[in-house]
Amino acid sequence: MPAYYLEAITVTLGIFLLVAEAFVPGKQKSWVGLAAIVGLLAVLALTFRAIGPDQAPAGKAWASFALWDLYQYTSTAKFYKIVALVSAIFVLILAIDFRSVMARYTSGAKDESGTAEYYSLIVIATAAMMWMASAKHLSMLFVSLELLTVTFYILVAFMKRNVGSLEAGVKYLILGALSTGFLVYGMAWIYGATGTLSMEGIAAAAQATPSNTALLFGLSLMIIALGFKVGAAPMHFWIPDVYQGAPTPTTAFLSVGSKAAGFMALITVVAPFAQSPYGSKIYGVLAILACLTLLVGNFGAIPQNNFKRLLAYSSIANAGFLLLALAANRTDTADLTSPQIVGFYLAGYLIMTLAAFFVLSIVRVQTDSDQIDALDGLAKRNPLLATAITVIMASLAGVPLTVGFLGKLFVFRAAVDAGMHTSVMIAAITAAAGFYYYFKILRAVWWNAPHERITLSLRGSSIFTFALALLTVAIVVFGFYPQPLLQLIR
Amino acid sequence: MSSLLFIIPFFAAIAIIFGAPAKFLARMAALVTCAIGLYAVATWKNAEAWSMSIPVLDVPSIHLAFGFLNGTSAVMVALAVIVLLAAVLSGQAPDGKEKLYYSSSLLIGAGAIGAFVSTDLFFFYAFHELALIPTFLMIGLLGRGNRKEIAWKITIYLGVGSLILLAGLMWLANVAGTFDITAMLAQQKAGTLVIDAATQKSIAALLIVGFGILVSLFPFHSWAAPAYASAPAPTAMLHAGVLKKFGLYGLMQLALPLLPIGMNAWLTPLLVLLLGNILWVGFVTINQKRLDAMLGHSSVMHMGYIFLALAAVVAAQAAGKTNEFGIPAATLLMFAHGISIALLFGLADRVESRTGTLDFSELGGLAKSAPTLAFLFGLGGMASLGLPGLANFSGEVMVFLSGFEGRSAGGDLGPVQIATILSLWGVVMSAVYVLRGFRKTFQGPTVNATVNATDLKWIEKAPAILLALALLVVGIFPRILLQLLP
Repeated sequence: MPAYYLEAITVTLGIFLLVAEAFVPGKQKSWVGLAAIVGLLAVLALTFRAIGPDQAPAGKAWASFALWDLYQYTSTAKFYKIVALVSAIFVLILAIDFRSVMARYTSGAKDESGTAEYYSLIVIATAAMMWMASAKHLSMLFVSLELLTVTFYILVAFMKRNVGSLEAGVKYLILGALSTGFLVYGMAWIYGATGTLSMEGIAAAAQATPSNTALLFGLSLMIIALGFKVGAAPMHFWIPDVYQGAPTPTTAFLSVGSKAAGFMALITVVAPFAQSPYGSKIYGVLAILACLTLLVGNFGAIPQNNFKRLLAYSSIANAGFLLLALAANRTDTADLTSPQIVGFYLAGYLIMTLAAFFVLSIVRVQTDSDQIDALDGLAKRNPLLATAITVIMASLAGVPLTVGFLGKLFVFRAAVDAGMHTSVMIAAITAAAGFYYYFKILRAVWWNAPHERITLSLRGSSIFTFALALLTVAIVVFGFYPQPLLQLIR
Repeated sequence: MSSLLFIIPFFAAIAIIFGAPAKFLARMAALVTCAIGLYAVATWKNAEAWSMSIPVLDVPSIHLAFGFLNGTSAVMVALAVIVLLAAVLSGQAPDGKEKLYYSSSLLIGAGAIGAFVSTDLFFFYAFHELALIPTFLMIGLLGRGNRKEIAWKITIYLGVGSLILLAGLMWLANVAGTFDITAMLAQQKAGTLVIDAATQKSIAALLIVGFGILVSLFPFHSWAAPAYASAPAPTAMLHAGVLKKFGLYGLMQLALPLLPIGMNAWLTPLLVLLLGNILWVGFVTINQKRLDAMLGHSSVMHMGYIFLALAAVVAAQAAGKTNEFGIPAATLLMFAHGISIALLFGLADRVESRTGTLDFSELGGLAKSAPTLAFLFGLGGMASLGLPGLANFSGEVMVFLSGFEGRSAGGDLGPVQIATILSLWGVVMSAVYVLRGFRKTFQGPTVNATVNATDLKWIEKAPAILLALALLVVGIFPRILLQLLP
């Protein structure tokens, strides 16, 4: 099966659900979400059957389509498609559980009719991420990135009767448009300097002309634009506000799916320059961005009392580690290369961050609060959930035998090998700060006395509990035995 | 096979979290672990039977590998299984907290044993971290006094220490090109592992500070005494007795053989710091007004002697000699100190459960109402101050001998010898604070708190007698442990 069927099926699924929902009467809309989950699971299964033109049987017409000039199906692309699909499936589970809050701020407390489009939009955004993972031409990259961003404008502002959500939507719209401007302008400069938009052509041009200021300028504009997407400092300032205001499933999707897509794009854009004369300059800039991002993310997280804002800063901090891995520019194929480390880190980050958002969502749905003190004394109210939170936070902080530790370990190894001693030192200090703010949550869970006003035991529905348990077990299993994840990346 | 030592307590702890009968399962698991552990220790030289290795990652190559690196590992395992059994047997869980209480003890034990039998650097580090988390939880949830603040402090302190340590270990693994400790040591023996002096010096600094924080090396010791004073009895026994030895064990197994030049570069600062442990903390210990604080500080102080033995080995290596006493002395003293401090922490908890206080000013005459308790505590105290016939004595004597080992007659005193002479005063200070503590608690007229105290019950005697026997047996026949070493 040609690989581009995957995106075609996903988009069709999204549009089909959007239309079908309008024709099915009834105020219960969670079936749309369930249908989307089933559909995406099917696409996930098909991902392993999809092939590119190089594996196509002889004589197949599709193998010579001009599409393959824009679109590639490599193992990396496959990996990022899986990341997009898995995160979308978990976000859909989250959204189904969160629909009571969303209904309250859209069509009214007992009426779910306003929430149905949400599920199909997530499916469409997933298709955009999958396209982006396969892009090898700047126009393709731009179109898929815009499809993703425009979908997210709606997803962020979805709770139309909630001021916070609307405010977040406006902020995201304005800054998103700004970053799109940077992106297009950068592409224009690159086209002007090289005469091509295909990544292969740009790589060849970069080798041929060792010092082309126009090319470098265009590239730096694109790095700024993608810095917005991944949340790199100093382009991070929209993250805390937008994350806090957006509906929790959107926030989870933004911080996992959108960030993974952003890094995929960054890798695609930077890769042609890895071995070129521009390499040292670009990787130097990335290292500076990484250090800034680490400092802003980790130290910004320390004073936070709002769980969601804390996770927003945590997402910035993790972007810092990812940038550091990228900046190390490790190309030794016998060991892990930089893109492979980024992939592994993202996979681990996906697992633990989604798990954290599951916890956040259950707190929000049942206590109507995003504050850390809503978790006070949880160990006495629901010990199993408390244990799960302990594992999740330990992994985010980077305690050994969790997948979060391995990710950080690989990043540090790469950076030490690359001789980036200052950056490593900053990363180590900020990682230590991470212990402080992640353990703040554990302190609330285990040590603080329960609140008088919050006595709920925070138990979720069975599918929700199953998903959370699955993610928590995955954190520990991949912390002990990371081989399967790395197999996927290679 | 040595993986069993880790697996049994680990899965017993998991089973307890999910609702298995806590007390019964914990005691059975500790008993079985202790039996297998002692058998493994006795036969560790049959290394083939006890080692195993499962690859968990191709590149970089990491294995879940268990085995005994050398006799020191075996002695540490013996210490860990004995103290684990005693810790699980002693102390009483507060109502409704049995799950947490027993699963934490088992997890700390499992982590410590796992670290001592790991032959892969990754899991060597990881298992120690695994053991720290239940330690923090136990202090924060069930500790005495200002428990939240103390738990927070030790979390931050040991978290930072572990990160520094991690940096050093990773650097070491990078230079050696492998995570396999046995392979590193083999390369070093064969002379194929050459680390230049500057790198050695940097790695050694990271390891001394990182491991040093974990072992409460002066001036990084201020977390230890309050933490032990606050911790519930089994946690204090396991951490002070076993888990803390991880730092010394790590220095001994990694830094001494692999970084001789680097360690020698830091010899003088290390000697100054260990004297800080022995003399400065020794004085502080004498001045304590509570029994638990006194025991906590004394455990910090005694780390200085073990560092002294390690320093003697470093100095001898730098002079091109081998110090025959150094490693056995440090190993023996680690074992003896672990057992004796576990005994004392366990019994101090029994004192508190009877009198409701550990403040010297409110105690006195407990020996009249609780003679067995007084006798066993006295035995532990005497061991701790180095009375001949008990395990600590042989350890301390060997430490002092190792300080002078290899010095040619009539030559000048080196820095190690001067440090040894100064640290002899520590023995005097030990005698002062132990006897003072014993007198204030057990002798003199009975007071309100102690007049109606009951003596130890049978189940409370069991762990104390187990530990006391270990002290006596090793004290009279130190060969029983020394024969395990090369």
